[in-house]
Amino acid sequence: MDFIRLKNVNKQYKNGVTAIYDLTLSITKGSFVFVIGGSGSGKSTFIKMLYREEKPSSGEIIVGGVNVAKLRNKKVYKLRRRLGIVFQDYRLLPKLTVYENVAFTMESLGAKKDETRKKTLKALELVGLKHKIHNYPDQLSGGEQQRVAIARAIVNEPKLLLCDEPTGNLDPDMSMEIVNVLDEINKTCGTTIIMATHDRDIVNKMQKEVVVLKDGRLLKHIEKGGYEE
Amino acid sequence: MKFFRTLRRSIRDAFKSVFRNFSLSLASISCITITLLIVAVSILVTFNVQNFTTKMEQDLTIVVFLNNDITEEQIENVQKEITSIDNVDSISFQSKTAVKEEMRKESDIFNEVMSTWDEEDNPLKDTFQIKVKDVELIHDTAQAIEKIDQVSIVRYGEGMVDQLIIAFESAQKISYGVVIALVIVTIFLIINTIKLTIFSRKREISIMRLVGASNFTIKTPFIIEGMVLGLLGSIIPVLAICFGYVALYNHFGGYLLTQMIELIQPEPFIYMVSGIVVVIGMLVGMIGSASAVRKYLKV
Repeated sequence: MDFIRLKNVNKQYKNGVTAIYDLTLSITKGSFVFVIGGSGSGKSTFIKMLYREEKPSSGEIIVGGVNVAKLRNKKVYKLRRRLGIVFQDYRLLPKLTVYENVAFTMESLGAKKDETRKKTLKALELVGLKHKIHNYPDQLSGGEQQRVAIARAIVNEPKLLLCDEPTGNLDPDMSMEIVNVLDEINKTCGTTIIMATHDRDIVNKMQKEVVVLKDGRLLKHIEKGGYEE
Repeated sequence: MKFFRTLRRSIRDAFKSVFRNFSLSLASISCITITLLIVAVSILVTFNVQNFTTKMEQDLTIVVFLNNDITEEQIENVQKEITSIDNVDSISFQSKTAVKEEMRKESDIFNEVMSTWDEEDNPLKDTFQIKVKDVELIHDTAQAIEKIDQVSIVRYGEGMVDQLIIAFESAQKISYGVVIALVIVTIFLIINTIKLTIFSRKREISIMRLVGASNFTIKTPFIIEGMVLGLLGSIIPVLAICFGYVALYNHFGGYLLTQMIELIQPEPFIYMVSGIVVVIGMLVGMIGSASAVRKYLKV
């Protein structure tokens, strides 16, 4: 069954710029998808529509059985609880420690203390940062901060992990490290991962499902491949 | 269960953030303190004016003078007719003999002059003293009484009383207006100050939204924080009311300027006003932060 389905989706911003033209595609459960394309190709808009930061101007978006396009503002949190999001700029809270940043998600959902502790430590272990739980974000390297952000995104065991250029601020080695962590999560937890990127090396090396966007239009959707194809 | 867990966490976070963002909190608190002080003073004045007005109104009496040649039977009829008027609260009769005796007591000269009057040639008139229910209608009531047969003169200190009533009414309206206006100004001031506090935490709110916190979870700590700020801001005004009013009361010995204007007893009056001020402070803080945070909850 398709986990994510988009049908004739258009997105026009209020300033008149059209970011997505008539996009129709579906993604199956448990897959690892790279969304690639140059600047202004609509990658970010695509990701933002999946977690309902942006509403499509027309068309239908189904994520795990929920019609995201029709979701009301007050109900958005219900969708967000079922997915994790990772950004290029990490978006950690500087005044909280690594542990607190990850536990923040669980606390926001009203989880019990021992459950929060258990899941937080598990998520931090998965990204390999269990030894740095008492550090503050500015004491960590960029790659480590991004791994904290990933831990925060997966602590609630979501079915879907959205990554908007997670390696955009990192050097090639660290980027590879992050993608390996994501791959690990995809394999061990069965989490569906959608990652927007313009990093050729990563895409070529991983040989995963690829969605190519150009000027807001779907250019290619291939089961397995690299950037050049 | 989950609701209480969220609530408990909200209260903890609210107190934490009041102290963590102390300089901004202090700005909000002092803003609340100053406006609540002004509100407290105007509440004290309003209640005292009201108290004074009611006292004055209770003292107002209509005096009805009856004709000299009136018979016992006619007096009874007049009393019945006056009692049947809606606005009349109570009526008491004073015969001319009683009036004479009272006047003789008041001064030696009257005593001397009146000592020779006997029952038959007493030139004074029998009177009724009437209290009304609604002072504002006293003019109409007096006119109605004047039309009754055998009534000679009706007096209630017309000119002075009419003017006093108008003055009291406008004083009351003005003081209500001032209190309401001040409360509204306070709300706006506090909303703006709290908005500044919350603006610095925009990022925190957006991250909370991203990880799937419900609006309730995000809003509650801020609303409780607003209440805490209001509570802290009302400490000084409450102290000012409790000590200031008592000092004022004792200084003037319970009266302001003349014996006519009596101040309200400090207890339990000050506790009531303090309660009002605390409630206003907390409500205003709550409304302020609720409306400030709402802006960031839209997607």
